[in-house]
Amino acid sequence: MSLDNYLYLSALLFTIGAAGVLIRRNAIVVFMCIELMLNASNLAFVTFARMNGSIDGQLFAFFTMVVAACEVVVGLAIIVTIYRSRRSASVDDARLLKL
Amino acid sequence: MPTPKIEYGILAPVLVVLAAAVLAVLVEAFVSRRYRYVVQTTLSFAAIALGLFTVILNKDVSGRFAEGSVAVDGVTIVLQGTILIFALLGLLLIAERGFQSFTAQASTLPGSADEQRALASGLQQTEVFPLTLFAVGGALLFPAANDLITLFVALEVLSLPLYLMAGLSQRRRLLSQEAGLKYFLLGAFSSAFFLFGSAFLYGYAGTTTFDGIKLQITTSPGNDLFLLVGLAMLTVGLLFKVSAAPFHSWTPDVYQGAPTPITAFMAAVTKVAAFGAFLRIFYTTIGGMVWTWRPIIIAISILTMAIGTIIAIAQKDVKRVLAYSAIAHSGFLLTGIVAFNKSGVGATLLYLLTYGFTTLGTFAIVTLVRDAGGEVTDLNRWSGLGKRSPLIAGIFTLFLLALAGIPLTSGFVGKFAIFSAAYESGNISVVIAGVLASAVAAFFYIRIVVLMYFNDPQEDGTSVVIPSPVTAITIGVCAVATLVLGVFPQPVINAVNSLAMFVAG
Repeated sequence: MSLDNYLYLSALLFTIGAAGVLIRRNAIVVFMCIELMLNASNLAFVTFARMNGSIDGQLFAFFTMVVAACEVVVGLAIIVTIYRSRRSASVDDARLLKL
Repeated sequence: MPTPKIEYGILAPVLVVLAAAVLAVLVEAFVSRRYRYVVQTTLSFAAIALGLFTVILNKDVSGRFAEGSVAVDGVTIVLQGTILIFALLGLLLIAERGFQSFTAQASTLPGSADEQRALASGLQQTEVFPLTLFAVGGALLFPAANDLITLFVALEVLSLPLYLMAGLSQRRRLLSQEAGLKYFLLGAFSSAFFLFGSAFLYGYAGTTTFDGIKLQITTSPGNDLFLLVGLAMLTVGLLFKVSAAPFHSWTPDVYQGAPTPITAFMAAVTKVAAFGAFLRIFYTTIGGMVWTWRPIIIAISILTMAIGTIIAIAQKDVKRVLAYSAIAHSGFLLTGIVAFNKSGVGATLLYLLTYGFTTLGTFAIVTLVRDAGGEVTDLNRWSGLGKRSPLIAGIFTLFLLALAGIPLTSGFVGKFAIFSAAYESGNISVVIAGVLASAVAAFFYIRIVVLMYFNDPQEDGTSVVIPSPVTAITIGVCAVATLVLGVFPQPVINAVNSLAMFVAG
């Protein structure tokens, strides 16, 4: 199987994630879509590592996982706090700040 | 396989600050609450001061270190020095205890009995210090990164603490938490783009180092699609961080919702760090593609100036006005990237230095105008401030004039340098747009001055509190720097220009 197909899959996953961020309204789901985008990047990294015959891409994928884990910690802390004070995790309800 | 060589002395500024941050987490866990504030502030200030000292020790260094993943050269030295000075001033504002800017316990529900109890028992949390140190550490590494992996990790170490810090406000907690949520979701979204872009750049060059990517661009065009997709997405991530036009929408909300000391810190430090990385990538790594990226950056620069200045006119909240002003200033700073010549580097560094002092000073003064419920940010209630407190209003006027770029203030020096660099490079369109935008921007800065001096004060409990020494020092230093850099800038200009050299590639 050609390695290109993995890149198409990665681009597809990234697009699904990006579309989800723009369309979905629940902060947790939006956040899951962002994680999907990060994982799509990981797939691209690993595929490129295979294509280029270097391990830098695999290394990068590990860093991405660690950073994604940190992002989960920070993100869930913020989302849970918001949910507890408003009883809603909808990003549409968060609209106190505007012009 | 040989062991990797790490030059600890040259990386010391970053390492010292990050080590202090880790230590500060331990302090948070083990030191009793009574002494925590003293220990944390001492540790933070000592770390920043030591970092500044090691930056000065490094001043003649130029090269690539830690196996080529970090570039320390004149530009890095200037940027790291600038970041540490602003971090020091920002920390002074954060360490201010009189205003209770930060929530006693971030985990308590707003308006709940727990919150009341935490407030009543005089709890004052100190978690903000380790978070600040982590952000400073990331900011120091960001402009020095010479490798996509380092760049990504530095970006996240800089951003993640800021998401939390934006949500820590004591008053108007819902607003503050909402700012944190918006900043986090949009920031994570943009860093996903950044990461995907990095993947494609790696696919194009077969290496993650900037030098390898640069070499690939200069020697063989290769698979251009990967390069263009990678660059476009990487640029989106960077443009988000500097709050340039299509990616600016988070800025006003976060600047308004975050506790004002955090806004001050963030406005100065992240702008310096992000533009530092911007400079390195666009001037060295992808400098060979200047004809491809220049038109795009020109368009973004003009759009950013236009949006920043025009929307600022309609704002009624002082923090939002300053946020849109920060967006406009990103547009001005982008003209330094467009210039792409020797004077462009020095001019951008100088502009960052002058802008940071001014913006820290303005936000420091915003913390002083208060009523019983906390800070007063509604502009209408600032009317007559000049009669109530001539000194503070006078200093605020100085800062506003500097933001507008009036001669004899630092803002003029920065703007003059950056626009003349862009003019030298023959990009007249962006200079004309910049001058026009400055003229429009002057309108809303002057409007605030008029409001403060020519309107009568309202009797609604708004007052200017006498600043405690820490805030007074910050305001004083910023005001003096704004004035000195405006009246007598030559020594600083010479020093910056003599250092403004990227390591030879």
